[in-house]
Amino acid sequence: MADYPEKVDFELVAPERLLVSRTVDMVVVPGSEGDFGVLPGHTPLISSVRAGVIDVYDENTVDERIFVSGGFAEVTGERCTVLAPEAVPVSEIDRGEVEARIKRAREDIEDAADAAERSAAEDRLRLAEAMLAHAP
Amino acid sequence: MPSLKDLRNRIGSVKKTQKITSAMKMVAAAKLRRAQEQAEAARPYAERMERVLGSLAESLQGRDGAPPLLAGTGRDQTVLLVVMTSDRGLCGGFNSSIVRRARALIRELQKKGKTIKILCVGRKGRDQLRRDYGALIVETIDEVGRPVLTYEDARRVRSRIMELFEAGEFDMCTLLYNEFRSAISQIVTELQLIPFAVAPTEEEEAQPAASEGASAVYEFEPDEEEILADLLPRNVSVQIFRALLESNASEQGARMTAMDNATRNAGEMIDKLTLNYNRSRQAQITKELIEIISGAEAV
Repeated sequence: MADYPEKVDFELVAPERLLVSRTVDMVVVPGSEGDFGVLPGHTPLISSVRAGVIDVYDENTVDERIFVSGGFAEVTGERCTVLAPEAVPVSEIDRGEVEARIKRAREDIEDAADAAERSAAEDRLRLAEAMLAHAP
Repeated sequence: MPSLKDLRNRIGSVKKTQKITSAMKMVAAAKLRRAQEQAEAARPYAERMERVLGSLAESLQGRDGAPPLLAGTGRDQTVLLVVMTSDRGLCGGFNSSIVRRARALIRELQKKGKTIKILCVGRKGRDQLRRDYGALIVETIDEVGRPVLTYEDARRVRSRIMELFEAGEFDMCTLLYNEFRSAISQIVTELQLIPFAVAPTEEEEAQPAASEGASAVYEFEPDEEEILADLLPRNVSVQIFRALLESNASEQGARMTAMDNATRNAGEMIDKLTLNYNRSRQAQITKELIEIISGAEAV
């Protein structure tokens, strides 16, 4: 293990831009099969990510908490890359706005013309609810 | 010989045109900067997506039951061309170079006996292709990226393509777009979208042996198939998004250059017309003087 660095390069990327790129002690990622922590020297892993919060640990404290709407994580011994369609720092989640989103999604489910529209609206509802659960 | 008044009018109208073109240039320059930033910001995601997908595809190679997005439908009879152009004109050779390439490609594929279908993104491409290949155009998607290009636009294009794919309307899909190099150079690029083509990354080209060992040991959670089934459609929209961004930046770059040229040409024309105008004005004054003098002599 000696040849692994002491820290992990953590990157969080959204389609529109690179959100976070920094070196940290540990990252806890909400994987679809359960949360997993990434320390230096982790086994190479590709996992899907469910909607939830990524905890970034640095200097023995939780340094940053970021809500992601899903996506993928690629882990190697040196780095951890998370690809997420949407990501917001937990401190910036706006309760009112999320509640409005839930309401809109509920309305969309009722007005949905076909199955595809309905399931898209249901996805939006689930996402907004997950977001609300983590809102400050 | 145009009269003085005609010349004055023409100078006036060219000046007005020049004002318009220079304003358009300014607008394009501002938009270009934003589009360029956006395109650059989106690059990391697409790159990392490709890396993950590359290692996935590698570990799945040779296995049966790969999803059709990766393995294709097993045929290559019908090709869907996605031609990305702009909605508006006045941007130099931007649209015509894409259309020219599309025409060449269609001819080539038709010679091989393939069936072609065209999906136009942007009105200008449709307008130009309609004349020769109107029957092949399946659909046109316009008003993309207005007012600002977002991931939603890519999803819109993606969902249309996927609908056609799931309905078995085509076997292969190729994107045709302008890749942005600089404000004066855009490169027409073909990208095979479906089935997914593993492009060798630069790293791999440099040291093929090392990367083979590294990428073969990934663990997958849940399993490869499930991740792949989720990742492939995403990859399609990411690639479309990247193409849209590149195309958008190219459009603004091409427009800026075209409008810069137009402004300069208008300036030259104004100079020439002004010279002409002054010459005829002086000729007229001389003529009038001669008339007065010879009239006075006659008395």
